[in-house]
Amino acid sequence: MKGLTPIVKKVAQLMSGIICIYGIYIVVHGHLTPGGAFAGGIILAGAFILLILAFGSEVVKLRKEETGSSVTESLSILATLILATAGLLIGSKVFFNDYLPKGTVGELVSAGAVPLYNILIGIEVAAAIITIFLALIIFKEEEEQR
Amino acid sequence: MSSLVPLYVILPLASAFLIPVFGRLVKGFQKALLTLVLLFLTILTFHLIFGGLKEPVTYQVGGWSPVEGIPIAIYLVLDGLSAFTLLIVNLIGLLATFFAISYIKRYTAQNNFFALLSLMIAGMNGVVLTGDMFNMYVFLEIAVIASYALVAFGIEKTELEASFKYQVLGGIASLLILLAIGMLYWKTGTLNLADISGILKEEPPDLFLTFTQILLISGFGMKAAMIPFHAWLPDAHSSAPAPISAMLSGVLIKAVGIYALLRLFFNMFALTYEISLVITVIGALSMVIGVFLAIGQWDLKRLLAYHSISQMGYVVIAVGMGMILMVQGGDRSVAALAIAGGLFHMINHAVFKGLLFLNAGAIEYVTGTRNLKMMGGLFKSLPVTSTTSLGASLSISGIPPFNGFFSKLIIIVAAIKGEFYLLAILAVLVSIVTLASFMKFQRYAFFNKSTFSKKIREVPFAMSLSMVVLVVLCLALSLLIFPGVREVMLTPAVDVLMETSNYATIITGM
Repeated sequence: MKGLTPIVKKVAQLMSGIICIYGIYIVVHGHLTPGGAFAGGIILAGAFILLILAFGSEVVKLRKEETGSSVTESLSILATLILATAGLLIGSKVFFNDYLPKGTVGELVSAGAVPLYNILIGIEVAAAIITIFLALIIFKEEEEQR
Repeated sequence: MSSLVPLYVILPLASAFLIPVFGRLVKGFQKALLTLVLLFLTILTFHLIFGGLKEPVTYQVGGWSPVEGIPIAIYLVLDGLSAFTLLIVNLIGLLATFFAISYIKRYTAQNNFFALLSLMIAGMNGVVLTGDMFNMYVFLEIAVIASYALVAFGIEKTELEASFKYQVLGGIASLLILLAIGMLYWKTGTLNLADISGILKEEPPDLFLTFTQILLISGFGMKAAMIPFHAWLPDAHSSAPAPISAMLSGVLIKAVGIYALLRLFFNMFALTYEISLVITVIGALSMVIGVFLAIGQWDLKRLLAYHSISQMGYVVIAVGMGMILMVQGGDRSVAALAIAGGLFHMINHAVFKGLLFLNAGAIEYVTGTRNLKMMGGLFKSLPVTSTTSLGASLSISGIPPFNGFFSKLIIIVAAIKGEFYLLAILAVLVSIVTLASFMKFQRYAFFNKSTFSKKIREVPFAMSLSMVVLVVLCLALSLLIFPGVREVMLTPAVDVLMETSNYATIITGM
């Protein structure tokens, strides 16, 4: 896939950082404000997709990235499961038990394990959307090469 | 004991995401992991059933205890009916996975196959265990979305077409179910099955509720492939890889279709005559039309798929007769007999239809065709496959001493005792047509003159072993007719359905 003009590249470079920070903001404030892991994860994925579209890439490189994003996705789900199962193994022996200190309502670091779940699910959603996107471009590139 | 209940969801879900990571690095990891997980869960289920599931186990996810008697946590409920269905899911899942170890060598991307299969099993275990309406919807979607991908696994033209059709119709079904859940939430303000049941008991039945029930019947009826909603099933079940066909036909339509219908209509809604009649009529239609659609088929797996519709019709009429008898205040022992027959036929169907699809897979594995006209004379070259498929065919047609005979007998006896003479006659008639169509299968596949020029050899060990275990189960399940065994396995499940309001009482504690 070929890249676009230098103007597009520069704008994409400048924008993607801001989009990325906005996505992270939505994810980590998931327990306080509307939005949360799913919406934030999609915004995060958008930042990466913008860069891939603007700069273009080789099929071989895209394949490597796809492997990476799919492994990231699986690992973040596994981390979520481990976090949930930890509640089963320690403390009151209940699956999905929120065993961390709750903190003050309204603070960023509060609500026990909920922000951690949010962050992990945010990573998972972002990685999943990027994987789907990469699978689609790789398919299209291979069709064109044939 | 109760802290083991979430393992039914945790373990398959964890293996679904461990496989894509470690399956790349370690050879054979995916097969070993999923087999071990399912073996553990099957043993756990047997332990729960035989080792004393005296009281239903409830589990509050997250440890949220009820506030002023209103349950706020998501509940996992393991009672007789759930344990019975979990046994079907995990046992057939184990044998299908073991079969797949050899069978899957024809395909690439084995990691994806096993990851999706374990995701599907996680979803079905979740549907069976959950006591929460929306949670049930989420697990149902996990199970069916994994199955959409698995149907298209061969990525040939027919498979993609079947998967697309299945997705569209499955999507409509999910939409109807979601709409019904939304309407129930609007009406009652809660999603917990027990809580909804408590609130609905105090309100008079009205059209709003009837409409919700009709939506749920259409939605879950589409998942269970009852006759007016069956269009996706023959395509999807015949195009999937054989172990997946066995899972879809043997387990998925029961766990996400029939089980959900039973749970909702017996334990959540108050039974009404109209709804019971609708369910019985749908069952009778499926039973009769399904078998007549099946007998003309020449594609082996398509023939088996249509028979799934017909056999699920037996389960649904049995349960429907039980519902009608309970509503009209008929003889409760006859109602219990009908429901027991239905549940007995459900586990029997899972075993023999799973086996028949594995047989079809084995035949396709060695000959490369599913067309009955192209086969013939396979008896000599495939001794294990042909013997096991003879057992399964006799079982599905209701020949003693195989399990299918006893469950059909119970259903027919219950129909006569409950004075549903038309249903009894139809059940006998359908059984005869089933026998005819399986004689056709046996004759064309195994006993005609051979048309193959190349030498055909028996399938590998893993595939043969799964088939032999299933045919032994076909005989062993006949034991469920004897009181000692029946009281351990079948009676707790029947009691859950007979004592309709007990479910809510146990959970809310009121």
